[in-house]
Amino acid sequence: MPKNNSIKKVLVIGSGPIVIGQAAEFDYAGTQACRSLKEEGIEVVLVNSNPATIMTDKQIADKVYIEPLTTEVLKKIIKKEEPDSILPTLGGQAALNLAMELDESGFLVENRVRMIGTSSQTIKKAEDRLAFKETMEKIGEPCAASEVCTTLQGCFDFAEKNGYPVVIRPAYTLGGSGGGIAHDAQQLHDIASNGLRLSRVGQVLVERYIGGWKEIEYEVIRDSYGNCITVCNMENIDPVGVHTGDSIVVAPSQTLGDKEYQMLRTSALNIIQELDIHGGCNVQYALNPNSFEYCVIEVNPRVSRSSALASKATGYPIAKVAAKIALGYALDEIKNAVTGKTYASFEPALDYVVVKIPKWPFDKFITAKRTLTTQMKATGEVMSICQNFEGALMKAIRSLEQNIYSLDYGKYHELTDEELKEHLYRIDDRRLFCIAEAIRRGYTLEEIHAINKIDLWFLDKIANLVKMEQRLKTEPMSVELMKEAKRMEFPDKAIAEFTHQSEAEVKAYRYRNDIVAAFKMVDTCAAEFESETPYYYSCFGNENEVEVGEKMRKKVLVLGSGPIRIGQGIEFDYCSVHSVWAFADCGYETIIVNNNPETVSTDFDIADKLYFEPLTPEDVENIVRLEHPDGAVVQFGGQTAIKLTQAIMKMGVPIYGTQAEDVDAAEDRELFDEILEKCKIPRPAGTTVFTTEEALKAANHLGYPVLIRPSYVLGGQGMQIAVNDGDIVEFMNIINQTVQEHPILIDKYLMGKEVEVDGVCDGKDVLIPGIMEHIERAGIHSGDSISIYPAQHLSDAVIDKIEDYTAKLAKGLHVKGLLNIQFIVYQEEVYVIEVNPRSSRTVPYISKVTGIPIVDIASKCIVGKTIRELGYEPGLQKKADYIAIKQPVFSFEKLRGAETSLGPEMKSTGEVLGIAKTFEEALYKSFIGAGINLPRTKKMICTVNDADKDELVPIAARFQKLGYTIYATRSTADKLIENGIPAIKIKKISAGSPNALDLILAGEVDLVIDTPTQGRDKSRDGFLIRRNAIETGCTCLTSLDTAAALVTSLENANMETLSVIDIAEI
Amino acid sequence: MKAFLILADGTVYEGESIGSTREVISEIVFNTSMTGYLEILTDPSYCGQSVVMTYPLIGNYGVCYEDMEDPESYVDGYIVREISNSPSNFRSEDKLEKFLVDHDIAGIQGIDTRALTKRLRNYGTMNGMITTNENFVLEEVLPKIKAYKVTDAVKRVSCKEKTVLPGDGMKVALMDFGAKKNIAKSLNERGCEVTIYPAYTSAEEIIASNPDGIMLSNGPGDPKDCGPIIEELKKLYATNIPIFAICLGHQLMALANGADTRKMKWGHRGANHPVKDLTTGRVYMSSQNHGYVVADKTVPEDVAEISFINANDASTEGLHYLGKNIFTVQFHPEACPGPQDTAFLFDKFIDMMEVNKDAEE
Repeated sequence: MPKNNSIKKVLVIGSGPIVIGQAAEFDYAGTQACRSLKEEGIEVVLVNSNPATIMTDKQIADKVYIEPLTTEVLKKIIKKEEPDSILPTLGGQAALNLAMELDESGFLVENRVRMIGTSSQTIKKAEDRLAFKETMEKIGEPCAASEVCTTLQGCFDFAEKNGYPVVIRPAYTLGGSGGGIAHDAQQLHDIASNGLRLSRVGQVLVERYIGGWKEIEYEVIRDSYGNCITVCNMENIDPVGVHTGDSIVVAPSQTLGDKEYQMLRTSALNIIQELDIHGGCNVQYALNPNSFEYCVIEVNPRVSRSSALASKATGYPIAKVAAKIALGYALDEIKNAVTGKTYASFEPALDYVVVKIPKWPFDKFITAKRTLTTQMKATGEVMSICQNFEGALMKAIRSLEQNIYSLDYGKYHELTDEELKEHLYRIDDRRLFCIAEAIRRGYTLEEIHAINKIDLWFLDKIANLVKMEQRLKTEPMSVELMKEAKRMEFPDKAIAEFTHQSEAEVKAYRYRNDIVAAFKMVDTCAAEFESETPYYYSCFGNENEVEVGEKMRKKVLVLGSGPIRIGQGIEFDYCSVHSVWAFADCGYETIIVNNNPETVSTDFDIADKLYFEPLTPEDVENIVRLEHPDGAVVQFGGQTAIKLTQAIMKMGVPIYGTQAEDVDAAEDRELFDEILEKCKIPRPAGTTVFTTEEALKAANHLGYPVLIRPSYVLGGQGMQIAVNDGDIVEFMNIINQTVQEHPILIDKYLMGKEVEVDGVCDGKDVLIPGIMEHIERAGIHSGDSISIYPAQHLSDAVIDKIEDYTAKLAKGLHVKGLLNIQFIVYQEEVYVIEVNPRSSRTVPYISKVTGIPIVDIASKCIVGKTIRELGYEPGLQKKADYIAIKQPVFSFEKLRGAETSLGPEMKSTGEVLGIAKTFEEALYKSFIGAGINLPRTKKMICTVNDADKDELVPIAARFQKLGYTIYATRSTADKLIENGIPAIKIKKISAGSPNALDLILAGEVDLVIDTPTQGRDKSRDGFLIRRNAIETGCTCLTSLDTAAALVTSLENANMETLSVIDIAEI
Repeated sequence: MKAFLILADGTVYEGESIGSTREVISEIVFNTSMTGYLEILTDPSYCGQSVVMTYPLIGNYGVCYEDMEDPESYVDGYIVREISNSPSNFRSEDKLEKFLVDHDIAGIQGIDTRALTKRLRNYGTMNGMITTNENFVLEEVLPKIKAYKVTDAVKRVSCKEKTVLPGDGMKVALMDFGAKKNIAKSLNERGCEVTIYPAYTSAEEIIASNPDGIMLSNGPGDPKDCGPIIEELKKLYATNIPIFAICLGHQLMALANGADTRKMKWGHRGANHPVKDLTTGRVYMSSQNHGYVVADKTVPEDVAEISFINANDASTEGLHYLGKNIFTVQFHPEACPGPQDTAFLFDKFIDMMEVNKDAEE
């Protein structure tokens, strides 16, 4: 059946800001789908509040709205653009929920917009717990004994009847928000009441606990004619009980026989058929490890994290095919883009093993609970491909960039037997290493299996790795041993450590004996058909099949940014992809290396060649030895790529763009000071130290408060403001828990206005698209600050200085390409706090709001073009007609126990943009986009530190004027009352009820302003208040600047008059 | 112990011996299924062949003897990337290597099976030798390898005596050319009384037993080697008895009706082959194992029309005989291993038998 020609203009909804549970995978899916639609001549209208995405580029869609994802905004866009169709299944749960609301309200029908792809009835059947259960019962597909409850009592009744433990899953939430396993009535009370509140429809599913069963997923695709296939199945190494997003996953399944494999496959097809899905769908199963008994856990009637993984694991582009299906094509009419010869109506055959390991943010949130449950905690993931499981696991471990190169790492050998045992019972992000240590200590695999229920097959593979460690440590090196170690993907670095040699010696031995990596193709068909898609992975002991033909063009190696983590998110993928496109534009052959399955950069049709590999020197060298690129670009792949600079130079590959020594000069305190001196640019006084003694001396010399941080880190990791000697001692201890190769920086802390610029330098001229100003004062990480473009509160003199300093620094550091500078403006003086001669988090944002494609310009400058040649006038560009405000978005509610107060260390996971003609409207949009939709109850709690009390007064007065009832802790209340603002005094938590916690838990307040005392807040009260506020869905602000911005936004709130802006016209 | 795979084109792969250490010359074919290795090893259609598994980890879930598609294995050799030493599955009774030893299958592991598969794809199916003799002389073994041909395969794999699976539904005569167990089981599960006949049973004997339908099974080798069977099928065709045929049975029925078969370059062996039902337009995933195919445009138009094609290469996957209660398919609706999407064809066959029976009564 050909495409449906009545579809001409389609609205695609994105997934909004990156939060835990909804990450870059939807940018990948959305981008692929938009390109697939445009290929068919469809006009694409895109809406997504997240400016860091590739899908919000004007090259990807025809009309681009970076607007808050709310039904009101969508209605406005639909009224304005009049699309004939809406495609809601590509933007994750967020998009699906919005489309459902529009449909249920009758708006879509009224405006003659049809939902294409999967229908709203189908979505309802799959998403509504009760409807889903009924559907499954109808076709005889088993679900775990369960009941949909809308009241706490209902939950208790179920547990009484079926016994504890029970699992609680709220309806319509993403990443399992608010879910959990309750072992007793108290836990059930806590989890279920939270879940009921978080669910959009006030429903939770309470079900029989099937923990310990195998968790298996099937990715299924169906067209509107009933043809359906499974793209692949995946087995979670962690049994049911750990969210699949937090599980280590292998594809295809390893421990299922054909009988089980086909049983579940047939079930998945029956389900997708009954639900009448048109597009992609994910079905999750629990499979009893001791029988054929299984139950359906859930169905996602849309593309998902798992479908992104399945696409990358097989080469089958699920989102692309789903988009074509939505247009009416049948599966056998859609070409398999990988082989170019076969069609989308087939099931990929893998001839390799794929392993995914999540990336968790526990290095950022040291107080957060690391236990993995049904609430997802990971921010991102890595994937690896190898011919054997051991190798795939080893490659994935080093792809996580934790400086871990084998299972024998860290202090696990120091644990007592008791501690180790305790550790084994606690399933958290460190379980692989604990299992390995347990094996080393002589635990049998059966004993370990009895504790964690991980299948013996996987435990045996871990044991193989431990055995190899032992062999390397004890046996003399031989060619056979080396071959075997490399077959299992032990990196040279680990072999060197185990064999007490240098890495260079190991490498030399390998090369002497011709033990080198070979590359294989991912072709969807296990070599059955000839394929041309250049998607490769490495392995040892095999024939290389990558053909490196005669070089016709210059070849550039672009290094990607690895897994999404706090501080290094999707924006670096945006930069990598755009630089690939720019190089291709300049006639280069492009090669990209990356290991993140969620991203656009790892789509096989972005670069000329894709190597899905860990980003370590050894892995990159394997590629370099084969490809001999003319140069490598590191400035777009975040810290991941920058870290590889030295290694790549040693391989004899020139770095395109800013040179390594200049990157170093920006990081190295002394070299940088020299440059500043030469350029006559001031910076806050500071020094470098190694020991706590030195730190104390330096801090006292500079005078408190001081900023203390390790060098060469991203996202301000480990950065703190110290106000006294005690803080210094504490922070130094924390920093020195990991070995520091570089000195620690101590700077005088100036509490001024923070300003940020991104610039491009062609070696001579500098282009500055705009100046961004942060709402929060210095001291809060730039990634966590609300950022305004163009800057609103700078004098012309200051602006001139910023332009001048930027140009001087770009030249002083010999920048070729991008640079990002952060300044502090303090009493009309401009101080430099940090220069990064590379792409930054704000690059996509500033590119979109100014319409200046700075990655493209930077890439072209790198290959020798000048800014003028590219048609731009150097210097600070004219301000845009719009105000664009970037608002950070956090995922605190997902991370139990994480400290939520903002400081110099970045904590946000994503961002949204508010763009409008006026500052107030832009600000309002940015808050709405970030999900801060106030007021609700018009009651708030204020509890601020002494230093902030004066400043709170006018802000509180404004809230009061808006109708807010203010509760405040004793001294804060006194201050407000003193100033004529009515405030209700509440007790400290320790002083008994009624206190702040009671109000929060009762859901009475919608806002908490809590500024912690300087330095690390040690007050238990503050922490409890903030955590409970976050966990009950109450907005909690920890900076008065943010609070002032919020009240400004509320004073100007008017949804009726809200404008929507197509940024493709900027 | 070292083992070698020597291909007819002179390529030599070195690996490690698994299973039997006997020397074996056979046809080398590859299968892309990711699960179902035991079913493949016991599929009689592989008689005279060595199977390369493209999925690199084989034997992960061990051996469950219940899953065998025949009590014997007729596979000569088995070529894998890595065989599992520690299988894990609740039904696993043995390691796969033990099975290879017990059934005297010469195996080799540690081979770059992807490179081998690409070679077989590019050059077409080739003969090869698996040996543990390190001192082989290539010039001496190559002529022997090249000369090898699968012969008398059907005779070797077919049952020697007829057996009956009781049932109170339709009476089906199953011609065993090397039938996979699940064909009989699929019919039996649907209530049929299945009588399994040796391949060379005369048409007269079958007809005399007065079956409600005849099932022609899969089987090994070149269909054109089965001249005498084809002659019997002509007689069965002439009756009014409903016939359903799978794989070799499908090819033989086509040959009996004037069509031709040809050897494919590398065949279809795997669990992901898309077949399109030309009547409904629906595409199904199917399990396949064949190196020969009914040649395009050789089916006389007045005898049969093509009912299924392969969605990848458009080769013939099924025939519907005009004016007859006969339909045949190239693929394996009985699955085992592979997708169960086309199991409805057994229901179709039963319906056909019932309608026919009602009409006759």
